[in-house]
Amino acid sequence: MSVASVTSLIPRGAPPGAVRSASELSTPSQAVGQRVLPVHAELANLLPHRGLRRGSTVVVRGSTTVLLALLALATSRGSWAAVVGMPDLGLLAASELGVAVHRLALVPDPGAQLGSVVAALLDGVDLVVVAGAGLARAGPSGAGLARRLSARARHRGAVLIPFGQFPFGQWPGADLELSCTRTRWSGLGVGFGTDPGAEAGAESAVGHGHLAECELALSVRGRGVAARPTYGGLSLSGGGGLGPVPPTPEENSDLDLGVKAG
Amino acid sequence: MLTRATVDRADDATRVIVVWCPAWPVMAAGMTAGLTSDVPVAVVAANRVVACSAPAWTDGVRGGMRQREAQERCPELVLLPTDPGRDARLFEPVVAAVEELAPGADVIHPGLVAVPAQGPISYFGDAQTVAERLIDRVAARARVECQVGAADGLFAAMLAAHRGLVVPPGGSPEFLAPLSIAELDQPMEKWDGRARSERADLVDLLHRLGMRTLGAFAAIPARDVASRFGTDAVIAHRLARGLSAGQLARRRPPPDLAVAEVLDPPADRIDNAAFAAKGVAELLHSRLSAHGLACVRLAIQAETEQGELLSRVWRCAEPLALAGIVDRVRWQLDGWLRAGGGVGRSGGGLRMLRLVPEEVIDGPALQLGLWAGADGSPAEAERAGRALLRVQGLLGPEGLFTAVLGGGRGPGEQVRWVPWGDKPVPEVDPEAPWPGRLPAPSPATVPRKPLPAVVVDETGAEVGVTGRRRLTASPHRISVDGGPARPVRAWAGPWLTVERWWTDGDRHRLARLQVLARGRHGDEASDEASDEAFLLLREGGQWLVEGIYD
Repeated sequence: MSVASVTSLIPRGAPPGAVRSASELSTPSQAVGQRVLPVHAELANLLPHRGLRRGSTVVVRGSTTVLLALLALATSRGSWAAVVGMPDLGLLAASELGVAVHRLALVPDPGAQLGSVVAALLDGVDLVVVAGAGLARAGPSGAGLARRLSARARHRGAVLIPFGQFPFGQWPGADLELSCTRTRWSGLGVGFGTDPGAEAGAESAVGHGHLAECELALSVRGRGVAARPTYGGLSLSGGGGLGPVPPTPEENSDLDLGVKAG
Repeated sequence: MLTRATVDRADDATRVIVVWCPAWPVMAAGMTAGLTSDVPVAVVAANRVVACSAPAWTDGVRGGMRQREAQERCPELVLLPTDPGRDARLFEPVVAAVEELAPGADVIHPGLVAVPAQGPISYFGDAQTVAERLIDRVAARARVECQVGAADGLFAAMLAAHRGLVVPPGGSPEFLAPLSIAELDQPMEKWDGRARSERADLVDLLHRLGMRTLGAFAAIPARDVASRFGTDAVIAHRLARGLSAGQLARRRPPPDLAVAEVLDPPADRIDNAAFAAKGVAELLHSRLSAHGLACVRLAIQAETEQGELLSRVWRCAEPLALAGIVDRVRWQLDGWLRAGGGVGRSGGGLRMLRLVPEEVIDGPALQLGLWAGADGSPAEAERAGRALLRVQGLLGPEGLFTAVLGGGRGPGEQVRWVPWGDKPVPEVDPEAPWPGRLPAPSPATVPRKPLPAVVVDETGAEVGVTGRRRLTASPHRISVDGGPARPVRAWAGPWLTVERWWTDGDRHRLARLQVLARGRHGDEASDEASDEAFLLLREGGQWLVEGIYD
């Protein structure tokens, strides 16, 4: 029996640790064929099925980082993902967060074909992200299109991830909505950096450090099991991965160079 | 419904003439690079030597050697990258020259072409004469040196060609018996990028078991080979006995499996021909797999605008997966289109393209199409690949991309968007050091067109960067893309890079700055404790938002 099927057999009341260890043990291709696509442990704690249930529609608002973090584990375990209508996506950040970029298809500008493109993608790709901005062209009929796409995802066993703001307000038929309510960054020099090495009265300044850690406050609400909203956080640190990462000695090298050269 | 009883071509008794161009990848690479034959040349793939020229061989360079070691042995060695498309394209004149004398040429791989011996031998008298004429004709037409061998069965003929021998009819087993067991590991598909490790392992095992010659291996009863080793060993055993590998029950498929496509407008450039090739190859592949078959011998036929018919047969040691069919069709079309100005003798474009599977084998056990790397599930990748191709069909080739990470400093520079289906090769070396590159995390949003930003100090004057790599003042407020000015919570930098300092006109002096602004862009009601972080770029006296850490 594969690890994948063990996950689905664990009763609903089982302690969270049991499911997590199973999903973390699974080898790459075993994400395929699972009923729930795996996500990072920190996100799994917030999601009702501890992952992205196939066939569901999960709306993400407020943070591209959250969106990328959501894709990371599933793509690195063999699932394919597609992102529609996001020409500005930071793929370097995606790869730092653990997204398998070679399994990520990008449709930067679907134009008027958005509906058929997303429908085609839902047939073969596990995770399909649709940016709300792309739906603006669909106009008032957008809500109907949204409903059709959600139904298609349900039918095909893919996960539809609408992202951002939609011209028609709420996404009809969303199973879950993840919103990022607050972002806090740390790592930059506290206060305003005046260069300690500069001569007194010099009209120049150097800031210290670089963005290293980020804490995102999330709220998750949805239908059924997730009707009661849950709140939680996601922290992202310098190594690019999720969760705490020990600082590396090279971290300040840029700064040192900058000061010396100046 | 197929008739399963269709008979195998009687390969065992077929006499075959093989024309072999030694070290073809080197020859082709050298011709492209315009090098003469006295220059030591090696073709490398993944830092290993694939093939080398005679002068390089004399200096001790061998196939499979590390690039560095080869350079050590022969410092003036010219290294050229491997390119199956180039090899196939340049081989086309050789095949054409062979076909002038002996019709029905099968391209085994670029560098090796087989023809049935019966026709030319009965016309020219004996095999020796045919061999001489072939060598002369290839040298005259394609300006390439080749060796010719003849024997019963393709494998024996191939080895005979390596030695320039004509093996008498029925003499294949005797010819093969004294040869080294290592000959079983022929690079039939090696140039395809696929390692034939299974066969190499078998050779290694047999060698360790004490079988040093093909004769020793052939002496073992076939039954014992089949019961102790794998399927591949059974095929190898048949080869060692001078039989064909054909026990895979190759058979001629019914003609209705052939696919044809009329190209309108006619394809006269390789890019639009390649696009058509992809569609036709997919159709053939899906038709074959619907019948549970896979193709091992593929005829590619085309008709030019002037009505000339071109045809070429590709024989493959292994059943062709979709990518294999696409590659061969593309190489062949490339060969025809670039042969000399136009296509064929009359010139002009291709009007019709037809693929005929000449020999097929049962394919249920085949693993088809590998879209993903080794870590993904092939079935999943195949399914995704189909969906993505449909999207590409909707939007055109420039509508669907995949990303490749490469070298560079800015978050946008390090990513290259490659149209789906193209080879994902990074533009610049990601391994090279990039001083001035910011450490992770990178911005999650990288605007395609950088947004203008205004950064001011406490007095409201714009903050600039001095020549001494400092800011003129501490940033106090920031406004992005004409938005409201927001207080700056913290900032870091500036990090300076001078790009292309070695050119006069094109040199860039850039400064990057990280700024943490309070509140959210375009969201007045947001939590006051929320931050929004930007990566700013100073270029040409203006701040631009290069990335948003959202």
